[in-house]
Amino acid sequence: MIRRTVRFLDERSGAAPFLRKALRYVFPDHWSFLLGEVALYAFIVLVGTGIYLTLFFDPSTATTYYDGQYQPLHGSEMTQAYRSVVDISFKVKAGLLIRQTHHWAADVFVVAIVLHLLRIFFTGAFRKPRDLTYYIGLSMLGLALLEGYLGYSLADDLLSGMGLAIGYSVLMSVPIVGANLAELIWGGPFPGTHAFWSRMYVAHVFLFPMLIATLLGAHLALVAARHHTQFRGRRKTERKVVGVPTFPGQTPRSLGLMSAVTAVLFLLGGLVQINPIWLWGPYHVGSGTNGAQPDWYLGWLIGALRLVPGFDLTIGNYTLVPNPFWGGALFPLVVFGVLFTFPALERRFTGDHAFHNLLDRPRDAPWRTAIGAALFTWIAFVFLAGSADRVFVTFFVSYGWQILFFRIAIWVVPLAVLVVTRRVCLELQGSDRVEHERELAEEEARRAASLEPVR
Amino acid sequence: MRRLLLAGAAVALALPGAAAAQSGSGLYSENCLRCHGPAGSGTPRGPRLRGVGAIAADFYLRTGYMPLRSPSDQPTRRHPLFTPSQIDALVAYVASLGKGEPVPKPHPERGSIPVGLRLFTEHCAGCHQVVGEGGYVTGARVPPLKQANATQIAEAVRVGPYLMPRFPKTQISDRELDSIVAYVEWAKHPDDRGGWGIGHIGPVPEGLVAWLLAGTALVAVCVLIGKRNTA
Amino acid sequence: MSALWRWIVAAIVLLLGRGRRPPPIERERIVPAGEPSPRAELLVLALFGATAACSIAFVVVYAVESIPHQTQFLGLSLGLAFAFLAAALIVIAERLVATEELEEDYPVPAHPAEQETLEQLVEESGDRMTRKRLLLLGGGAAGAALGAALVTPALSLGPAFEIAPFFRTPWRRGVRLVDERGRPIHADDVLEETFYTAYPEGADREELGSPLVVVRLRPADLHLPAGRGGWAPHGIVAYSKICTHAGCAVALYRKPTFPGVEPRPALVCPCHYSTFDPARGAKVLFGPAGRPLPQLPLLVGPDGELRAAGNFSGPVGPAWWGVRNRRPS
Repeated sequence: MIRRTVRFLDERSGAAPFLRKALRYVFPDHWSFLLGEVALYAFIVLVGTGIYLTLFFDPSTATTYYDGQYQPLHGSEMTQAYRSVVDISFKVKAGLLIRQTHHWAADVFVVAIVLHLLRIFFTGAFRKPRDLTYYIGLSMLGLALLEGYLGYSLADDLLSGMGLAIGYSVLMSVPIVGANLAELIWGGPFPGTHAFWSRMYVAHVFLFPMLIATLLGAHLALVAARHHTQFRGRRKTERKVVGVPTFPGQTPRSLGLMSAVTAVLFLLGGLVQINPIWLWGPYHVGSGTNGAQPDWYLGWLIGALRLVPGFDLTIGNYTLVPNPFWGGALFPLVVFGVLFTFPALERRFTGDHAFHNLLDRPRDAPWRTAIGAALFTWIAFVFLAGSADRVFVTFFVSYGWQILFFRIAIWVVPLAVLVVTRRVCLELQGSDRVEHERELAEEEARRAASLEPVR
Repeated sequence: MRRLLLAGAAVALALPGAAAAQSGSGLYSENCLRCHGPAGSGTPRGPRLRGVGAIAADFYLRTGYMPLRSPSDQPTRRHPLFTPSQIDALVAYVASLGKGEPVPKPHPERGSIPVGLRLFTEHCAGCHQVVGEGGYVTGARVPPLKQANATQIAEAVRVGPYLMPRFPKTQISDRELDSIVAYVEWAKHPDDRGGWGIGHIGPVPEGLVAWLLAGTALVAVCVLIGKRNTA
Repeated sequence: MSALWRWIVAAIVLLLGRGRRPPPIERERIVPAGEPSPRAELLVLALFGATAACSIAFVVVYAVESIPHQTQFLGLSLGLAFAFLAAALIVIAERLVATEELEEDYPVPAHPAEQETLEQLVEESGDRMTRKRLLLLGGGAAGAALGAALVTPALSLGPAFEIAPFFRTPWRRGVRLVDERGRPIHADDVLEETFYTAYPEGADREELGSPLVVVRLRPADLHLPAGRGGWAPHGIVAYSKICTHAGCAVALYRKPTFPGVEPRPALVCPCHYSTFDPARGAKVLFGPAGRPLPQLPLLVGPDGELRAAGNFSGPVGPAWWGVRNRRPS
């Protein structure tokens, strides 16, 4: 039977030589190399559950009064979009499971990308020739953040509606062109035209997934074309890659990982409630609730928006830089800017323009590790500031003091981390050297002992 | 003369109202006078209590908001210092200090939860969060409403304790208040058909779950599948 | 009868005959031989069985509506099905197939010969052109112009160059203030120590310019900016409810019970906690807002109802480059 299948495939497509190579393609198999795959599988779950949801969601801002089975919303005025999500949650069998799985998959997708990015960064995997792969990956991260934001905003609930207003304000705050861009996208001042919802919908359901999928294809093709990097080791050199072949070794592992990711997502989707929009109620321009937060991967932005002191940069009557720009636009631009330019800057400052197939351990590149640690500490502290109000409510730590603390800490702590991390790397390198010299000495002693003539 | 006094004292003790006011005033002198002044006249350390009515005294005492350790503290819910009958006495005493509202008797069973949701969103959610999980208003902590009973909810709406607005009947009618109380009671156990409610405040606990549950589980699977040493 | 018997014999022979494979040709192994592991096989079979059982459970839960906590059981059954499948695959990976460690060459870093050829190909192809740079320039200009033309219809998405919409609100002199249920608001019903949300009568309340927050303060406590003398009849002030920082509804009001000790009255936004002083023209007390909430002048109509006395003191909502240019009209 195998023979027949293989013959069929090869005769129709001539794929046998390619398959022969592909199936014996070698994967270095350190566990941290699997993080990107986790993201990939989360994306697949997103697309699958997402397609299902599009079969029920109604991207319409026409208003209606609810009269369905969820009692507390009876008589509430809401858009058809919100109503369709309530119906998916309450009326469609397995609808809530699919909806929650979809939302958890989005959160976990970004978790996986961030973990993967950390691994790539701290092992120097972005060095030539893989910098292009890295740029594509960063682009996918940016797209994933936007895509998630669009997705949970489509439900038009109170929480995400407040978040949309903030997104609009950040766009408005872009100097000189902000208002014009906002009017383009929204079709006028907030809340915009009815067409805006269709725009969000098409972007979320088609344009962004297509973009991400295309970039993903290119990303994977590049990884395959250049082969995966590996840590230094016996037989593992810049020239020779050692690992497990696609078939039979890697295939059940990858399929197993895909099943595991799907398992975790469906378990979360059924057991842990996420975004219970029926509790928040529909969005209205004049309504607000305390404790409103964006999804976790935008937490760094709410932190930044809350930390920036209250001022608009004006020149006479001309408001050059409205306040939200610093936290909502400049901050993420700087972060992505640093990440994008890092490979080129590292080449410049280290003078290292060589190809690298071997990975560094973080300690092998003290400056990179220190700068990376400092950068991510900066982001993490801004992120923490974003939930200061919930910390206050739960742990009674004064909000005002937290804001003051974070305003200072976000600059001081990364600096400290920079210095300390670099020191730690150098120390670890030092101890490695001592260890290595000791091993050499022992080896020599052993050799000398074996050569000594027997008395 | 002594017999007359004894008779008078016996009569005074026998009269329940007078007796209550008496022990109420005694409790007041021991616990409240220092900040709220004699007969609730107020001092720089505490507001006047004349005319605040039984409603305010009942609320502040049964929630344990009062007595307050320091005037600059925010009152918070704690186990009441006084026994229920002591509170009754104090409430009667404060009520006797001037004409004020009596303790309300809300009827949440006459209210409507959908109406309550809309009213709560309009007047209360900004501070208390849409399902009453509490929040932050500049300079103060807005408490969650999970421990408030129907009477306390109604009292708080009408009294406006600490920094909370005071909603009169012209703004929120008694019928509407019934619906708000019904909603707040319902919100103590909201519809969690999606599973574990994780606090009903949205993305903060959701992010924690994504990292601490899903993230660690999936990294663990990766470690299981892949190699651990780099050699 | 014998025909039937013949058919049966033929079927049996075919079926039995099918099972016997031709003897394998002697060939060199690609995948190294490994020890069989019947216990692992049993485990995998058990795990497959568990996967199947959980999948069936999913279908059963889906079909039997009377099973409570549908979402939880659906998720548990489907999630466990995948979990068992994952376990089965991992056991297969670890115990039932060979885990080889193979060596391969990394691909060459570059292909100088082919690069050379590519360069040559492009260069020679352009040999015939005498004014290559000019042609390229011309082509670039044509392409850029065409690109610009193709992008132009994107401007139809919205009034990108019209700034007037930002200065429009539904409020005019004489428009009545109504509450959430559309009832007019009487000045006498607006009491101190609480806050009200109001909308313009007959207008779309989902416009940023519509929602108002109305509070009553003691006239003696009001210190409004210059020129707003008559804006607050009886001490009733109205401000746009839309935060000037990032557009959320300013849905919090802080009213001190004991003003001597407690923070002064303030309107607060729940998004980033911008805090505005209603007694001082909603100037910013705390938080990231860069400008005060726009104030709406009020008047009390002959019927005692609150009406707008004009438009806001400034554009509503978040700032953009022209937000300080003029008042809304």
